[in-house]
Amino acid sequence: MQFRLPALRIPPFFRGGLVSPFRLRKLGVLGMNARNVRYIARYNDRDKYPIVDDKLNTKRAARRYRIPVPDLIAAFETQPTRKRIMQVIEPLQQFVIKPARGSGGKGILVIVGRDGEDYVKPSGSKVTALDIQRHISNIHSGLYSLGGKPDRVMIEALVDFDPVFDKYSFEGVPDIRVIVFRGFPVMAMLRCSTHDSDGKANLHQGAVGVGIDLATGKASHAVQRGLRVDIHPDTQMPFSDLEVPGWKDLVSLAASCYEMTGLGYLGCDIVLDRKRGPLLLEANARPGLAIQIANGIGLRTRLEHIESMTLEQLEKNVEERVNYSMDYFAAPTTL
Amino acid sequence: MSPRAQVYILAALLTVLGAGLTIYKHFALGFPLLPGEYRTVWTIEAKVGFDADGGPVKAALTLPRSQRNMAVLGETFSSSGYGFNIIHEDDEHRAVWSKRQASGPQSLFYQLDVHQTPGAALEQSLDLSTEVEKPLLGAREQEAVRQAIYSLVEAGRARSSDVSTFTSELLLALADTRNQDRNLIFGYYKDSNFVDVALLVLAAADIPAHRIRGLYLEDDRRRLDPEELLEIYDGERWVVFEPTSGAPGVPKNFFIWQRGGKSLLDVEGGRNSGVTFSVISNDVPARDVAMLSTSQEKEALVDFSIYSLPIEQQSIFKLILLVPVGALVVVLLRVFVGLRTSGTFMPVLLAIAFIETQLITGLSIFVLILILGLWVRFYLSRLNLLLVARIAAVVITVVILMGAISVVSFKLGIEQALTVTFFPMIILAWTIERMSILWEEDGPYEVVIQAGGSLLVAVLAWWVMTNRYVEHWTFNFPELLLVLLALVMIIGNYTGYRLGELARFRQLVR
Repeated sequence: MQFRLPALRIPPFFRGGLVSPFRLRKLGVLGMNARNVRYIARYNDRDKYPIVDDKLNTKRAARRYRIPVPDLIAAFETQPTRKRIMQVIEPLQQFVIKPARGSGGKGILVIVGRDGEDYVKPSGSKVTALDIQRHISNIHSGLYSLGGKPDRVMIEALVDFDPVFDKYSFEGVPDIRVIVFRGFPVMAMLRCSTHDSDGKANLHQGAVGVGIDLATGKASHAVQRGLRVDIHPDTQMPFSDLEVPGWKDLVSLAASCYEMTGLGYLGCDIVLDRKRGPLLLEANARPGLAIQIANGIGLRTRLEHIESMTLEQLEKNVEERVNYSMDYFAAPTTL
Repeated sequence: MSPRAQVYILAALLTVLGAGLTIYKHFALGFPLLPGEYRTVWTIEAKVGFDADGGPVKAALTLPRSQRNMAVLGETFSSSGYGFNIIHEDDEHRAVWSKRQASGPQSLFYQLDVHQTPGAALEQSLDLSTEVEKPLLGAREQEAVRQAIYSLVEAGRARSSDVSTFTSELLLALADTRNQDRNLIFGYYKDSNFVDVALLVLAAADIPAHRIRGLYLEDDRRRLDPEELLEIYDGERWVVFEPTSGAPGVPKNFFIWQRGGKSLLDVEGGRNSGVTFSVISNDVPARDVAMLSTSQEKEALVDFSIYSLPIEQQSIFKLILLVPVGALVVVLLRVFVGLRTSGTFMPVLLAIAFIETQLITGLSIFVLILILGLWVRFYLSRLNLLLVARIAAVVITVVILMGAISVVSFKLGIEQALTVTFFPMIILAWTIERMSILWEEDGPYEVVIQAGGSLLVAVLAWWVMTNRYVEHWTFNFPELLLVLLALVMIIGNYTGYRLGELARFRQLVR
């Protein structure tokens, strides 16, 4: 643990004042309270939460629905012995350790290589086998899970990332978040880590949120710390050139998560593998609202459009839904 | 029915129930709506005095019947060396003091506290005898008196329309010293007082009547003799008259001691007996008055409430009843403002600790323990301990820190820091653990934000919870919790923006 003085930053809250709630309402911006009461409580059944809250369950369900996911190397249901851990990780060069019920990316340990007895993290710093054993023990004790409940540990293969985003990312790996409402993809964004965000893809830590046009897969808008940007702050690459390859496959994968989870209001996190294409990293029953800032567009208008559809219009297969969304939710670019 | 409609209906029902009970308690039981209200309580002392003859003594004093607009809050009897009991006799309560042998002047005391409440003084359903015993004035020397009485009655009758107005007229005539008939009657009944004469004349007029004994409640009056009122039966109901003015109705501050009946005091085995009264007024907190006057009637709302608990438990409940208010503050700040805190209701627990420690002391102790705890925790994280063991280690460290803070500050003469023990240490340990994880994962900036948010919520909750109005309402009207419940349910339906979101989504507007 390094002691670092916090950089002096003015909290975004105090910068630039407030806007009128009526203007936000007019723009169709979805607030946290409205999301919780009108969408999550109404469209997400409690009994389906375990499918997404536990990543091991998500993996199993995904396999059943033939949705591609990163390979699972091992899962520890109970506290494993040191010998058992070493048996699993010793032969591996690259792997990811995750808590099955972690939230917000907490407790994920990525190992990208080996240096003798040590394991190398993406930042280049090294951890020992003992550190990894302690990390696994922490996950089991429930340090990263909601409510501190005992958790399970999964060891995943490291995704062989498609280099297409290399120019738009610093250290970390970008992932794509798609909001799916009643099976229809409604909004998408790409999260690019920066030096500022310490390689993490969390927008509130300084990652860049790039709104992706559902129709084309091209970047339409980019925001860092609440301010519009045109280029990646570290690599200086303009976002206007960014285009997600195989966009329709990716959107279809997200849309098919609706059948898999049965959740009406869903956020899917997807990464691009060099060979396998889009892989479902995890699904989220309470996706955040930052996607609106990344896109510069409110979610609520789109959600209300889907809500106004007739039952007949809603009962479509994945391909029809994807076509409808890509057609209807095209966005103008600001880049 | 949609869940939303259910919420509103349920909230409306809860509000009506809670507010209704509160209003009932205020208006019917006299619980004060605002703290610091005082009521006047009259302490009346009756002193029975007599000279004992040396043999067995028995003194019986009629006790006041419960008067509707006077709530009796408590009675005390002093009976040095006397046997004492209260007997019920012909609808009257009498205190009886008795002793086998007594001589010389004796004093016995009876004291009661009463509180005036609004309402009519007397109930009508009084089964007093309406028989009239006409005065026998047959003897020759009584002829003049008899004629005077009947002339007064005739004159009164001529100038009145019914029994009530007749009584008024008669009493006025009896008070008029220029009236010859009246002077003749009073000349004949030299030993009788005004009410005796009035009763006699009323009997001659065939009107059932009796006297009412009592006192005017005025502050700091001593050695008072009982005052008397007249009560007559007008054929349907009993009407009270103030004898000298002839005005109907019980005077406002009149405390009725005895209505009808026989003597006020009977003493056997003594002479020169008499009762004198003294009256003083005290200002007593309104709530105590309400508690005392309802405790005797066994009002279910009060009897089956926390007031029936021992005082010690009540004071614990005083604190517990504030927790919902703290929770409401948390709900308001999270739903309408969107403040981030570490642990949803941890700030409420902190606020409770602040109530005990005082704000500044509490804040400094909390920050001190948090900083020292984080420091220890960072070292512990290098020792590769299991999570539960590590948190237990932090708990123990927190306890040691608390002890150290207490001892050091006591030696330095800062006694306030001794209240450190009120901090919930398990919660503190978990807070330290979460904060240190937060530091590792999201950086110290997030730690400052969340710790600051928690402290801000805790201070606001503390501020609301220590408000004297809030304290008064939660403890005296716990049924207001139903209203609070309704409010929280309605807030739970709020789908508008949070204050923080008005800044967060600012960019979308441009």
